[in-house]
Amino acid sequence: MSALVEIREVSKAFGGVQAVTRVSLDVTKGEIVSVIGPNGAGKTTVLNMVSGFYHPDTGRIALEGRDVTDLAPSRIAELGVARTFQNIALFRGMTVLDNLMLGRHVHMKSGVLSSFLYWGLAQKEEVRHRRRVEDIIDFLKIQDLRTRPTGSLAYGLQKRVELGRALALDPKVLLLDEPMGGMNQEEKEDMARFILDVNEEWGTTIILIEHDMGVVMDISDRVAVLDMGQKIAEGTPDEVRANPAVIKAYLGEPKASAKEARRG
Amino acid sequence: MIYREAGQYWLQAVLIPFLIYSMAAIGLNLLTGYAGQLSLGTGGFMAVGGYAAFKLTTAFPWLNIVVVFALAGVIAALVGLVFGVPSLRIKGFYLAVATLAAQFFLIWLFNKVAWFTNYASSGTITAPPRTVAGVMVTGPLATAGARYVAALGLVMLGALVAKNLVRGRIGRSWMAIRDRDIAAEIIGVRPLRTKLLAFGISSFYCGVAGAEYVFLYLGSAETLAFDIGLSFLVLFMVIIGGLGSILGSFLGAAFIVLVPIFLTNVPHMLHLPLPVALQKQIELMVFGGLIIFFLIVEPHGLARLWQIAKEKLRLWPFPH
Repeated sequence: MSALVEIREVSKAFGGVQAVTRVSLDVTKGEIVSVIGPNGAGKTTVLNMVSGFYHPDTGRIALEGRDVTDLAPSRIAELGVARTFQNIALFRGMTVLDNLMLGRHVHMKSGVLSSFLYWGLAQKEEVRHRRRVEDIIDFLKIQDLRTRPTGSLAYGLQKRVELGRALALDPKVLLLDEPMGGMNQEEKEDMARFILDVNEEWGTTIILIEHDMGVVMDISDRVAVLDMGQKIAEGTPDEVRANPAVIKAYLGEPKASAKEARRG
Repeated sequence: MIYREAGQYWLQAVLIPFLIYSMAAIGLNLLTGYAGQLSLGTGGFMAVGGYAAFKLTTAFPWLNIVVVFALAGVIAALVGLVFGVPSLRIKGFYLAVATLAAQFFLIWLFNKVAWFTNYASSGTITAPPRTVAGVMVTGPLATAGARYVAALGLVMLGALVAKNLVRGRIGRSWMAIRDRDIAAEIIGVRPLRTKLLAFGISSFYCGVAGAEYVFLYLGSAETLAFDIGLSFLVLFMVIIGGLGSILGSFLGAAFIVLVPIFLTNVPHMLHLPLPVALQKQIELMVFGGLIIFFLIVEPHGLARLWQIAKEKLRLWPFPH
């Protein structure tokens, strides 16, 4: 069976900085794959290329065998790729409900004329999609937040709503950029539970970037390790943990210890 | 008789312009308040509506005037689409300047090309007499009452449709582009299509308002009626009334129409005879001051104040 997402030898440079160099990664349907690596390793750049924000300088990206390398982000979303952002990109002035309904956007069809009249087609469509949104609200246990503006929510809840908005798209592939960044232990566990449940219940394929090694090793089927824009290892969590190149990238060689300290 | 004339005055000088400005303000509010695209071209798009209605009704005299208004709106929408294209690349103040170019270009065009005025030597366009269901609604013989009812019907329909539009898929996609364009793209909102739709529909409203402005209010007009001052006036209505609120468009229009009348009449009531020139100056100063006051004290406009008042009355006499 061919991979759902195929990343083939992609490279991307910003000015003189080579952010990503010939990185390849295949993700099979139903997998949870984590991308890890030190800061500045090029993880988010890879994610941005998959979701269409950046187009690779060289290399190809395919979704279900279809070349999506040069498609705009909105087209890629229409093909079933949803994502969240490292620093949360919710519509802050809008309610939780409106944010999730916007997640349904690609599935909604009512045009200008049917919207003018509203009662009838547009209303029926609204009700149908609202039902799906309510499922997601129940799933994420955010029932009491429906009408709250997202800007007023606590950080952990904003992350959860952003996940909900991505889920509302009914994605085939879910890209999560540090879904647990800045969370406390309890929130992290909740989020990990949601990610596993999404994967199990809906069979959604998940690619995530995460720094918390405990979580990564627990929930991932496979792990890919990037360092300095290159993929230095790939395999099951256990294989990656034992890989000397990975240990070197994370702990550094003795000479590089000062640099590591700065990374924290 | 006096009562009748006072009624005529209110219709002609207050209510009819209020309804027409409301229509234009709804249009600009869809674009600026909902979709977040600042436009200073409102006057230009209204001019397109006014001149298109004039050309249509003189070229096809048998065409029902309501159809003429709708077609004038469609033509304005097409022009709006063209000037909306830069919005994909430029944002904020730069887009405002691009729409300013639309304003000046369109006015220049209508001044320069005599075809638009049917080669009238005076350069003015005049609303010919037309009827709806046997009642004269435009032209010199139309009563203020008939023109008022026509404007009222149109703006009610317009507001209803606008309200429907903003509460569903299209309105949400506009607000998404306004609030966070990157996030909007990632959930599948196509930026160009969404922004152009906002420009098109907004210009449709402005076009209909422009046609009404000539046919139901002024009777005859030159390009001066649609100058940059009109663009700013409608923008003030939207800002004072409340960005992103259909009700706010009406409140803002009422405010802008009523304040000068109020300021003219207050000195009279207080028996303070002021020279007319000074009165005009004071009017401008108070007007400017009020706009600044509103922007500082309540940036969400009159619509927000109305909401707060409703909430307070519901809870009264308890504080929460």
